[in-house]
Amino acid sequence: MSRLSSKELIAKRIAMEFKDGQLVNLGVGIPTLVPKYLPENVEVWLEAENGIIGAGPPAEEGEEDVFCVDASKVFCTIKTGGCTFDSMTSFGLIRGGHLEYTVLGAFQVDKYGNIANWSVPGGRLAGMGGAMDLVTGAKKVIVATEHCTKDGSPKIMDKCTFPLTGAGVVKYIVTELAFIEVTDKGLLLREVAPGVTKEEVIEKTGADMIIADDLKVMPV
Amino acid sequence: MSKIISLKDAVSVINDGDSILVGGFYAVGTPDDIIDEMIKHGKKDLTVVTNDSGTPTEGVGKLLYAKAIKKMIMSFTSLTPITPELVANGEMELELNPQGTLIERIRAGGFGLEGVLTLTGMGTMVEENGYGQRVHLNGHDMLYHTPIRGNVTILEAYEADEMGNLIFRRTQRNFSEAMCFASDIVIASVVKPIKKIGEIDPDDVMVPGILIDYLVQQEG
Repeated sequence: MSRLSSKELIAKRIAMEFKDGQLVNLGVGIPTLVPKYLPENVEVWLEAENGIIGAGPPAEEGEEDVFCVDASKVFCTIKTGGCTFDSMTSFGLIRGGHLEYTVLGAFQVDKYGNIANWSVPGGRLAGMGGAMDLVTGAKKVIVATEHCTKDGSPKIMDKCTFPLTGAGVVKYIVTELAFIEVTDKGLLLREVAPGVTKEEVIEKTGADMIIADDLKVMPV
Repeated sequence: MSKIISLKDAVSVINDGDSILVGGFYAVGTPDDIIDEMIKHGKKDLTVVTNDSGTPTEGVGKLLYAKAIKKMIMSFTSLTPITPELVANGEMELELNPQGTLIERIRAGGFGLEGVLTLTGMGTMVEENGYGQRVHLNGHDMLYHTPIRGNVTILEAYEADEMGNLIFRRTQRNFSEAMCFASDIVIASVVKPIKKIGEIDPDDVMVPGILIDYLVQQEG
């Protein structure tokens, strides 16, 4: 098997957390790769916050339904057994504890489980959409991100400096280097990626970490 | 009295300075015919409550480019580059709300509730900007948001009968169902030929026709 890219490795590790039949919401970017790596016997239901359970792949060219888009504005299909509904129901599912996981990217994430992923100071005005509801309402929030920014500075830090999406909401941080759990005592390094040392992870992380007694190599 | 009226008559009920609730998510479910007619008649100084600003050529984006809006309450505006310009120039006020909070504020306005209590947005810009007010109830902190009501709701439905009973298709429903409760006047633009009373099965109705004041038949 060819070597996984950073993004593929992150997606594959996250896919191992999902169990058959769960309802999950996937943000843009790396999270959208996760379904590709689900084990054969695991089928999850994708929630699109504009009103779909069972959002499927993009429609074939010529087969698009102009009234059926996913939360990224792609004309999508709906999996057999799926359904559609309005925004009250959609956010009832999200806030009401019916969504097992939300997986999303981040500009910054910190040792308190704070996440900043919707606004960069001085950047283009966009809006938070459903991101604040998703990180607050989902049972478990997984941040899928490359460990550092393009210029090599840590994305995992003591305290986020960008506007927050949610405070104290993140459960797991999965990067191409490590699997980290946010605990009451701080960040817990549970796994390192194959070929990566814990020293490298510590060096590239902008916050103190507790090293798990049973530190493992990511089973990817 | 028939609820079916012309586009021109429909927009004549909208006054300059009105608060308009506009259905749609990425303009799916937004009545482009009504919006075009509003622009044609030079409606202005509007407060618009909607999920997102569509695009420069779709949905609410067209009202932005026509400079018809003095205030927007919405959850994201990433596809209309004019939004940050209008805000920076002081030509428009923008209030960003989390999507799930926004739909619940509209629901509260339409369902006779005095507001929304939620954990979403705590410790974020939503609280810092005073959009939600921190309160302490039941032993913990949460944000209180006021209900939202409008003068007029405009939306697109897939099917309707002359009573105004509505059926939506796929992700067209989004914010519209709640918005039908939350304005003094509700106008639905209907995609398919409007049916006679009795031609829609009562169990298939998604919004009770009693809430709908006017129907506009889309062309083609």
